[in-house]
Amino acid sequence: MFEAAIKITLKKTVADPQGLTVKHALESLGFNSIANVWMGKFIRITLNAKDKTEAEAKVSEMCKKLLSNPIIEDFSFEVSNA
Amino acid sequence: MKFGVVVFPGSNCDHDCYHVVKEVLKQPVEFIWHKETKLDNFDCLIIPGGFSYGDYLRCGAIARFSPIMEEVIKFANKGGLVIGICNGFQVLLEAGLLPGAMLRNKNLHFICKFVELKVENTDTPFSSEYKKGQIIRIPVAHNEGNYYIDEKGLAELKKNNQIVFRYVENPNGALDDIAGIVNKERNVLGMMPHPERSSEIELTSKDGFPIFESIRKWLKEHGKS
Amino acid sequence: MVSPDIYKALGLTDAEYGKIEEIMGREPSSTELAMFSVEWSEHCGYPRSRKYLRLFPQQGKYPSLVGEDSGGIIVDDIAIIFKMESHNHPSQVEPKQGAATGVGGIIRDIFTAGARPIASLDSLRFGPLSEPYNRYLLKGVVDGISFYGNCLGVPTVGGEIYFDDSYSGNCLVNAMSIGICKKEDIARARAGGVGNPIMYVGSSTGKDGIGGCSVLASHEFCEGEEKRPTVQIGDPFTEKCLIEATMETLATGHVVGIKDMGAAGLTCSSAEMAAAGGVGMEIDLDKVPLRETGMEAFEIMMSESQERMLVCVKKGKEKEIKKIFEKWDLHGVVIGYVTEGTKLKVNYQGKVVAEIETDALAKAPIYDMPFEKPAYLDEMNRLDLNSIPLPKDQNDVLLKLLASPTIASKEWVYEQYDHMVQIGTTVLPGSDASVLRLKGTKKGLAATTDCNSRYCLLNPYRGAQIAVAEAARNLVCSGADPAAVTDCLNFGNPEKPDRFWYFKNCVEGIADACKSLNLPVVSGNVSLYNESPKGPINPTPTIGMIGILEDIDRRVTQFFKEDGNIIVLLGETKEEIGGSEYLKVIHEKVAGNAPELDLEKEKALQKTVYDAIQQGLVKSAHDCSEGGLAVALAECCISNKDKTVGAEIAFGSHLPTIRTDALLFGESQSRIIVSCTEKNALKVSALAKENKVPCSIIGKTAGKHLKIDGLIDLPLEKLTGTWRGAFVF
Repeated sequence: MFEAAIKITLKKTVADPQGLTVKHALESLGFNSIANVWMGKFIRITLNAKDKTEAEAKVSEMCKKLLSNPIIEDFSFEVSNA
Repeated sequence: MKFGVVVFPGSNCDHDCYHVVKEVLKQPVEFIWHKETKLDNFDCLIIPGGFSYGDYLRCGAIARFSPIMEEVIKFANKGGLVIGICNGFQVLLEAGLLPGAMLRNKNLHFICKFVELKVENTDTPFSSEYKKGQIIRIPVAHNEGNYYIDEKGLAELKKNNQIVFRYVENPNGALDDIAGIVNKERNVLGMMPHPERSSEIELTSKDGFPIFESIRKWLKEHGKS
Repeated sequence: MVSPDIYKALGLTDAEYGKIEEIMGREPSSTELAMFSVEWSEHCGYPRSRKYLRLFPQQGKYPSLVGEDSGGIIVDDIAIIFKMESHNHPSQVEPKQGAATGVGGIIRDIFTAGARPIASLDSLRFGPLSEPYNRYLLKGVVDGISFYGNCLGVPTVGGEIYFDDSYSGNCLVNAMSIGICKKEDIARARAGGVGNPIMYVGSSTGKDGIGGCSVLASHEFCEGEEKRPTVQIGDPFTEKCLIEATMETLATGHVVGIKDMGAAGLTCSSAEMAAAGGVGMEIDLDKVPLRETGMEAFEIMMSESQERMLVCVKKGKEKEIKKIFEKWDLHGVVIGYVTEGTKLKVNYQGKVVAEIETDALAKAPIYDMPFEKPAYLDEMNRLDLNSIPLPKDQNDVLLKLLASPTIASKEWVYEQYDHMVQIGTTVLPGSDASVLRLKGTKKGLAATTDCNSRYCLLNPYRGAQIAVAEAARNLVCSGADPAAVTDCLNFGNPEKPDRFWYFKNCVEGIADACKSLNLPVVSGNVSLYNESPKGPINPTPTIGMIGILEDIDRRVTQFFKEDGNIIVLLGETKEEIGGSEYLKVIHEKVAGNAPELDLEKEKALQKTVYDAIQQGLVKSAHDCSEGGLAVALAECCISNKDKTVGAEIAFGSHLPTIRTDALLFGESQSRIIVSCTEKNALKVSALAKENKVPCSIIGKTAGKHLKIDGLIDLPLEKLTGTWRGAFVF
C-alpha cells in the first residue's frame, strides 16, 4: 500500500485572490516579511500498486485527468509507503 | 424539435430550464439523467446550472466524467446545439468543448444579482434575436465565474469573434469582462448569467428569453419543426 | 446503581432520574439513559415551555395543518408547509457549519412532510460589529447559509439581521423554510402497520454531534471552544440528493411515514415515529451504516450526523425504495420493523441495549416553572423625555440611523444567497416581504420574519404582539393577506424566574395577537438557555409569517415608482421614542416603553391598505418601523437599486404637535406609507375614512432630494451611499 500526498495550487501566472486575502490578513497581524501567499488543495490518497514507480504513474494520471485543471492549476506529489 | 436538459446529481436549475422551454418557448423537452449512455434524437442540449457533485474538487470537474458527457461531446462535434449555463458552462470548460477555465470570484463571495450584459455577437444560433451592442438585464448567481484564459487563447477568441456576451460592470473579475462565449463552430455556448431566470415578466426581466427564441428559430430554419 | 455524575453529565436532574427508574421499573441501561436525556431535553421534549405553547391558536382563515415536525395551511388544493427553527448554540461555536446545518435541518423538516422546499428565510442576531468575534460570527453565518442553501437550489429570499449588545456571546440563527405540495401528498412522521420495514436512508452515521441537543442546546454557554466537537458538518450536496430521492420515494405511494434524524438522531426519529403511530418498533443497530469503527450503541442512538432520515415503508416495497436511494448514491437499509405493542426495542451486537415504552420517551414531563417580573424593569421603563436633548441637525441623525447596521441595506448579505433559483421570486429581497409566485396558479405567496427584541425587553407582552402585527403589516404592504405563523422562541435560562416571566409574557402576547388577527400558529421551535457569562439575550420571539396573494399581478414593492405621485401616511404618529433605534444610536439608551399597539386599529389599517392594493390604487407601500417615518421615507426613495425617486414632504395641517425627534424617528406602530396617483389618493383617503384610519397626504414624489418640511434635506446620492455603504465587509 502506498500513500500519495498531492498538492494542487493555482499557476503562478493566475491571480489568487484567496492567497492575497490571507497575505493581507497576515500583514495586519504584523507579519511583514511575506513576499507572497498561495492557497491550494491538499489531497491524500492511499492506493495499491506493484511498486513505487507504478504508484507514481497512477497518481500522475489522476492529477492530469481529474484532480487538477491544467489551464489554471499546477500539481506536485510525493508517494511513500503507507 | 426536441430539447434535452441534462441532470447531474446536484444540478439545481434543471427544472427552471425545463419550465422555460416547455411553458414559455412551448417546445418539447425532456430530462436526461447523467448515467444515460445514449441520446435520443435531441436537437438542443441544455447543461443547467447548479452544483454538480456539490462542486466538490472543482466546479464541473466530476460531472465532466459522467457517462452522458461522452454523448454530449459527440453530439456537439456533429454540430448539435449545446448551451451550458453557469455550472453548465463550467462543465463545458472542463470537458474541453469550450476554451478557458473558471476561477473564484474576485471578491471571494457568491454573487447573486441582476447584471447588465452587452451583446457582442449576434451571428450565432443563440443570439440572433438580439441587436449587436444591445444592453440586456440578466441575473448571475455563482461563486466561480471569473473567466480565465491565457493571452494566446484570448487573442483566438477575439479573432474568431467567439465572445457573445460581456459584462457592462464586471462583477467577478472575469478576463476582458467575458460573460459568455461560443466555440469556433458556434454550436456550443457557455454563459455564466442565467437566461432562464429572466424569461418571464413576473421575474422583472424577459431579456434572457431571446436566447431560447434564437435557438428555436435556428432549429426551425435548419429543418427541425 | 447509576451514579449521579453520569446522569447529570447527560443533563438529567435527580428527580428526572428517579422518574426514569420508576418508568422502567429497573435501573436503565446506559443507552436507555442517554435516550431519555435527549428526548427529555428542552430542545426535543419542551418540558419547560410546553404548558404555554398550548395557548397558541391552531385555526385561522385557511384550513391549517399541524403535523409532527412542521405545519402549514391549505390554499385551494395546495399545501404550504413551513417552519422556523433555531441553530443558535452551534452557530456561536462554529458559525459556518452551525448555520449551514441549521438550514439543512429545517429544510429536511419540510421535505419529510412531502413538500418540495421553495424558499428559505433567516433571522439573524449578533452583538455589535465593533467586536471582532461578532464580525467573525456574522461572516461565518452568512457564509454557511450561502454555502448550504445555494448548493441545495432553494432560494434564500428574505429574513432580517439585528444587532444588540445582548447577543454578544450568544448569537441567534433562526432559519425558516417553506415548501409546497398537493394537499393529498402530505407525508406524516409516524410508523404504522405491524411488520412494515423501517428503513434508514441518507448518509452514514459518525460520532459527530453527540449530545448536541441535550448538552449544547439545553444549557447556558460557558466556554464555547470546548464544545466544538458537538457541532456537525453539513453536506449540502448529499442533502440535495436526499431531497430528490425523497420526492421520488414519496411519489411511489409506498411510504407509511418519514422523519428527519435531526436533534437526537435515531433516538428521536424512532421513538417519536412509533409513539405518533401508536405502535412498537424493533431496530437493529448492526445494520446502521457507520462512518467510524467501534461505535457504542448509545453513540449510534445519539449521533446527530446530518442528512439522514428514517422511513416506514409498506411491506414488500423495500427493494424498490432502496433502488431509488442507490440511484442517488445514498444508503437505503432496512434496520427494523414495526412491532405489536408500544415498545421501542434496540438490539446491538446480539444484545438488547434498550427497551422502552415510546410514550414515556416521547412525552417529556411538563414542568411548572416559577416566574417573576424582574425588579430592574420598572427602572428601565422610566424615560423622562425632558432629559433627552433634541438634536440640532436632523440630517445628521437620519444619516446616522441609515448607517446603523440594523437599518442599513443588507444587500451585502442577500447577494451572497441565491435568491432567484426555482424562478419563483417575483419580489426580490430588499422590500417589506418577499413574494413568490405559485407556478400553475394566479396566486402568490409572501413571507417575512420579524421581531424587535428591544421592545420585548421593555414590554414582553406588547413587544411580542408588535412582532406579530409588524410581520402581518409587512405582508399586507406586499399585497398579501396574512395567513399563518411559525415562531422561534429564543430566551434565556428558563430556570431563572425573570427569564421565564419574559417567556410567559411573550407567548401570551403572540397568542393574543394571533387570535385577534385570526392567524394560526402552525409550527415552531423553542430555544432556551440563550445566555453567556455576559447575561441573557433580549427576549426574542421571532415570528415567521406567510401570506397569500390572490393575484400575483397585484404585488406591491416598498419603493416609490416615479415623480409626481402623492405620498400618503396612514396611521397616527405619537410622541413615542421608547425602545427606538434613534434612542439607542443617538442617545445610547435602551429605555422607556415599547410603542403602543391597538390591535383593532392595526386591523383597520391593514384592511385599508390591503383593499387599496386589491383595487389597484397603490404604487408602493412601506411599513414604518425601526428609524421611524424619516427612515421609512428614505427607504421608499432609495431602496430600488435601478431607480431612485425623490420626495418633498410638507405636513401642513397634518403636523402632529409632538417633539421633532418623535415625529421623524419615533417608532409609533400601525403606520404605512403609500404612494399613488393624485386621483387614487382621494380614493385611498376615502377607504381610510371608511375604516376610521387616520390618513394624511404628506407630500409628493419629485426631484433628487428627500425633503421633509424644512427639517431634512438630503440628496438621494448621499442617502444611497450611506445606506448601501454601511454594511459591506
